[in-house]
Amino acid sequence: MTRPAVRIRDVHKSFGSTEVLKGIDLSVPKGSTTCLLGPSGSGKSTLLRCIAFLEETTSGLIEIDGDPLGFADPGGGRSRTRLSAGDIRRVRAKIGMVFQQFNLWPHMTALGNVTEALVTVQGMKRQAANEIGNQQLARVGLSDRGHHYPSELSGGQQQRVAIARALALSPDILLFDEPTASLDPELTGEVLNVMRELAETGMTLVIVTHEIGFAASVGQKIAFLDHGKLLLDGPPAEIFGTPRHPRLEQFLETYLDRGAATLV
Amino acid sequence: MSTRLFELMLWAAGKTVLLSAISIAIGLAIGLLVCAAKLSPRKLLSIPATIYVSLFRGVPLLVQLLLIYNLLPVLGIMVPSDVAAIAGLSLCTAAYQAENLRGGFNSVPRGLIEAADMVGMSPWQQLRRIRAPIAFRLTLPALVNEMILILKASSLISVVGVIELTRMAQNLSASTFRPLLFYSVAGAIYLVICWLVAGGGSLAERLMRTGSSR
Repeated sequence: MTRPAVRIRDVHKSFGSTEVLKGIDLSVPKGSTTCLLGPSGSGKSTLLRCIAFLEETTSGLIEIDGDPLGFADPGGGRSRTRLSAGDIRRVRAKIGMVFQQFNLWPHMTALGNVTEALVTVQGMKRQAANEIGNQQLARVGLSDRGHHYPSELSGGQQQRVAIARALALSPDILLFDEPTASLDPELTGEVLNVMRELAETGMTLVIVTHEIGFAASVGQKIAFLDHGKLLLDGPPAEIFGTPRHPRLEQFLETYLDRGAATLV
Repeated sequence: MSTRLFELMLWAAGKTVLLSAISIAIGLAIGLLVCAAKLSPRKLLSIPATIYVSLFRGVPLLVQLLLIYNLLPVLGIMVPSDVAAIAGLSLCTAAYQAENLRGGFNSVPRGLIEAADMVGMSPWQQLRRIRAPIAFRLTLPALVNEMILILKASSLISVVGVIELTRMAQNLSASTFRPLLFYSVAGAIYLVICWLVAGGGSLAERLMRTGSSR
């Protein structure tokens, strides 16, 4: 068996005295699309942010393609040690992230956002970076928007620029944190289409979403979290097929598009 | 008013603008350092910065100017009154600018820094490419405000013997017995300079998109 793209072992995360993740074990196979579902407050976004090392886990380990992220545990589960900032950056370079709020840098054009890290971090020449930037913008259907500032783009376009920005660094794994949650309903389609195309290219995607229909049709693996615990983990046909776990049933009822999920 | 007298007023206005501009620039540089120190997690840096800001914001500029002007000779430093004036104005505006900048840095949305983290930028790269440019844009209106305040407050430097616009108007009123005329002209010149600064500020704001609109 090949190494998983992401391996999560007994991860706990507390904010103050509130435990948000209560011992999560999950592995994300390479080249797959994994969707994290769950009610608000279930810990799915926190888990994703732990995979990105934007949040530090309280205990447990996360490995990216076999390399420990943030903390290593030579003692086999008893005493973990924090890795150096350089090590963290090296492992994190394999990961791209797309945020709910896009987080485009407002003082740079769309092309500037996409090429910034190529030039600043990788030291690429401006012209070569622009070439890659334009390719990535074309990939998300925005080749004519390179010179627009984020404020001149619609939410859906901004999110597609954010996807292009992440793709420009050719990450092995792309994380999506509710990428359509702050979009108007008529704009979610264009973002979901880009994500669907990415999934078809065989890139490893981990997606936190409330788009259950999308998760059911694109996801190869569904992880359902509830109250900080991984309740279900398996292929969509198994998870959404009957008989369903009562908590999932309840969740699907509150999250409207139950029809889409039953189509699986 | 004869052309000669008007020329004197314009010369004095030039002096006001020059000394204010130099003070603003030096104050911005000091302000950046003080702001960096104040944002530092190290108490050895942040506490002195806090003390600096509270001292220079809490003592009237007029008193600061008189103190500096009288303190320097005691320390054996003989400087022209222009330099003493610049020192006083710069040290004072630095305290305000440090606070403006700190507000700007603290208002850079966290998500933008997380995005920079995720593309692998080092803290220094983040500061140079993301945090400072955005903070500067957020601070610009406050900076323009501060420029206008310093331009007007520069009338106080006449107390250390600098002949600038206000002092020139005072001198000319005394020698011609026409105070209304000269103070009106001085007021009008201050007004025009401030309009120009404010206009330049809005132009700069428009040129550097903040992205907060729409």
